[in-house]
Amino acid sequence: MTAHVKMDAPDRRNRLDAMAQGVIGEPLDRSEGALKVSGKAVYAHEWPVEGLCHAVLVRAAISRGTVTRIDKAPVEAMDGVLAVIDDDRLLRNPAQGTANKAPVQGPRKIFYIGQPLAVVVAESFEQARHAAQQLVVETEAADAVLDPEAETLEHERPKGKQTSQGDLDQAMGAAAFSIDEVYRTPGHSSAPMEPHAAIASWDGDRLTVRASCQMLKYNRNELADALGIKPENVRILAPYVGGGFGSKLGIAHDAVAASIAARAVGRPVALALSRRQVFETTMRRSESRQRVRLAADAEGRLTGIGHAALVSQLPGEKFSEPVTQATHFLYAAKNREIVHEIVRLNLTCAGSVRAPGEAIGMTVLETAMDELAIKAGIDPVELRKRNIPETDPEGDKPFSSHMLASALDRGAKLFDWQRRNPVPRSTRDGEWLIGLGMSSAARVNMLAEAEAIVTLSAGGVRIESDMTDIGTGTYTVLAQVAAEMLGQPMQSVTTVLGDTDLPPGPGSGGSWGASSTGSAVFAACEDIRKCLAEKLGCVEEELTLKDGHAVTANRRVPLAELLADGPISVRGVIEPGKTSKEVRQSTFGAFFAEVAVNEVTAEVRVRRMLGVFAAGRILNAKTARSQCLGGMTFGIGMALTEELIHDPRTGAIVNRDFAEYHLPVNADVPQLEVDFLEERDPWASPIQAKGIGELGISGAAASINNAIFNACGVRVRDYPATLDKILAGL
Amino acid sequence: MQTDLTINGHTYALNADQRTTLLDALRQHLGLTGAKKGCDHGQCGACTVLVNGRRINSCLTLACMHDGDEIVTIEGIGSEEDLSALQQAFMSEDGFQCGYCTPGQICSATAMLEEVKAGWPSHVSDSLDGKPRLSDEEISERMSGNLCRCACYPNIVAAIRSASEASS
Ligand code: FES
Ligand code: FES
Repeated sequence: MTAHVKMDAPDRRNRLDAMAQGVIGEPLDRSEGALKVSGKAVYAHEWPVEGLCHAVLVRAAISRGTVTRIDKAPVEAMDGVLAVIDDDRLLRNPAQGTANKAPVQGPRKIFYIGQPLAVVVAESFEQARHAAQQLVVETEAADAVLDPEAETLEHERPKGKQTSQGDLDQAMGAAAFSIDEVYRTPGHSSAPMEPHAAIASWDGDRLTVRASCQMLKYNRNELADALGIKPENVRILAPYVGGGFGSKLGIAHDAVAASIAARAVGRPVALALSRRQVFETTMRRSESRQRVRLAADAEGRLTGIGHAALVSQLPGEKFSEPVTQATHFLYAAKNREIVHEIVRLNLTCAGSVRAPGEAIGMTVLETAMDELAIKAGIDPVELRKRNIPETDPEGDKPFSSHMLASALDRGAKLFDWQRRNPVPRSTRDGEWLIGLGMSSAARVNMLAEAEAIVTLSAGGVRIESDMTDIGTGTYTVLAQVAAEMLGQPMQSVTTVLGDTDLPPGPGSGGSWGASSTGSAVFAACEDIRKCLAEKLGCVEEELTLKDGHAVTANRRVPLAELLADGPISVRGVIEPGKTSKEVRQSTFGAFFAEVAVNEVTAEVRVRRMLGVFAAGRILNAKTARSQCLGGMTFGIGMALTEELIHDPRTGAIVNRDFAEYHLPVNADVPQLEVDFLEERDPWASPIQAKGIGELGISGAAASINNAIFNACGVRVRDYPATLDKILAGL
Repeated sequence: MQTDLTINGHTYALNADQRTTLLDALRQHLGLTGAKKGCDHGQCGACTVLVNGRRINSCLTLACMHDGDEIVTIEGIGSEEDLSALQQAFMSEDGFQCGYCTPGQICSATAMLEEVKAGWPSHVSDSLDGKPRLSDEEISERMSGNLCRCACYPNIVAAIRSASEASS
């Protein structure tokens, strides 16, 4: 049986609220938690596979050129070496999210430092690593293009990515207050703690890959296309993924090279990227130059918004960081000018890093809004509230829901915002200058096609989908949806994920995993409920399911009895429809931060930080909060320490490890506070839930940077706000 | 070459390349994949295990240097059916998301609590002698060698705080 729901109209029934089990939204522990805390969850590189051998990548040492010769023979003769492979199918760079086909391939032409050129396979990891270091690859270098702001570069301006409305120049000229500034954000690395890794094994023509991937439905097609085989012959398993944050959206070098190598040597092959390889060969977030123009009248009402972004990418890649994604709808203003420009460089491929677009676009826009608030002498919270649009300012579509004002008010109250002295350098604690700052949060909301099979049997419920749980709580929230709908205790629900043999989900990315797959599970459960109701001779709405029993009209029947003639299994399908187009959908929120800036050293400490978020129905208050903690911490990193630094002479990433690329550590992060606004968004999904995984980063860094200004009067327009930049202004 | 190791109370005669790190010995040779490889360079803490009671980064040491040593990995701290107080607290405080840094965090915290009990000071302790009080600041400082990109830091601190309160 299939239950197919197309989201063509808002679903205001709030069916989950009418259920009796009482688990939906509850802060339950993760279903797979015990496996993870005891070290028993099996990640990609850990599967016990017989006869495994090991592969290590050999990579380009120049930024642009061609490979002229690979001296394989001496390495092939080394101890334990099984093969040296420079197959044409090796990837230039990983696939972009949802690409569904192979990315650019071929190890002869070099496009960036670190590009994989060959793979060495040996009996042991130590032998493979040593042999890979010995392999001599001769190359002929060409001139590389490395500086995104070089004046000679051609700027591509994709047609669909520009907006012009009214007359911004005129608005700027007539404004009572205006801002016209250039801001910069550096490249970032997703840096999931589990490096990309795969174990590939062939059985005849059938390939099984245990990999660390976010989007299996797409990854299978990408891998098959890259190898030139049929998708039906590819199975990918990824039940546990050690974080992704965008870097594992598309198929990457590990899976493709391991598959080629395994075929070549006729044995299973494991290939894990080293941490340096993760930095250099998987996706980076593009650096950006952003010019923001804001024109406001005497009351601080925006009359004009200009946001022009310049980002970079490798030649031949479609994706470019959608910097201005939220600028289109965040604030009202009649005159608008949004520009998106791309330059082509010989640097590591640019791709999705948590909240592509909003992470840096919102951060810069919200820094500019702070500057405007100060110029106009209006409280930053008030300034934002005055500029919330009634409808989408670029097309008049209604918003599916709009919680920005509520988030701002709630945050200001919880954070005691009124205590803030608007005059910089007015609060002090010894040699520390204290400041408060805030910013709005917004992230577009998306629903994606998803399928899941739900089976109700006398023994409980089983949910199956190829959806992944990359730390996002998928195992738990899908089980909560089913447990609620079918009246089961959580222990009776088994969720099986991360296997391409199961019905396709949309994968984890774009914050759409839980709402989309959750909706597929919901659709299946509604049908199962109908079957049960039919058996009991009542209508579905009158059926109460709780603790494994069905109750209707004073009859209480064990479900096992109703299922005596076999389990009920339904394939739930959710398909996006008109609600994705008819209304503007976004999640909203607000960040508040308190920082201390050391007057002597310019060190910045985040003392307090609050995020208030509205993302429709929260499916699990505990795991959702953790997602927000994660996003906000990415924000702390963006604000203070994270920056990919390229050697201007060669393009090499010089800080390609954790000692030099500074992720926030425990001591950098205070007890962050997260608050959710009660919301149901009927347009978003039949479970009224929206995405939550990326909202927590979308604008977060600005609240910290704005707090730095409030503390010490130094405005940093070139992220991150490192000591040198602050000290120069102190 | 052969190295005799005691791991989680069991003895193992390891026969591996001299270049094999303790981490790779555990993961590749002994089937103990609880310890994770996040960087292989001593920069993330995912590979933390206890050697003779002390926490170390197992990627930074060669297996053959540990002949005769007593090693405890996450598998020895508590099993799925019999979790330690810290493991339990990580569950209830949601001290992890993807779970990849988690075994390292828990091994590290297990040893860290012993260090505090033994009176070892840290960068944020009030004085070099005397008993450090296990404030949130102390926990954060002492756990900063264990990176978590999912960024569960506030929950990790809460988990360690609650486990240590429960035990004292
Ligand atoms: S793997 Fe050992 S410290 Fe990172
Ligand atoms: S739980 Fe994912 S890195 Fe810590």
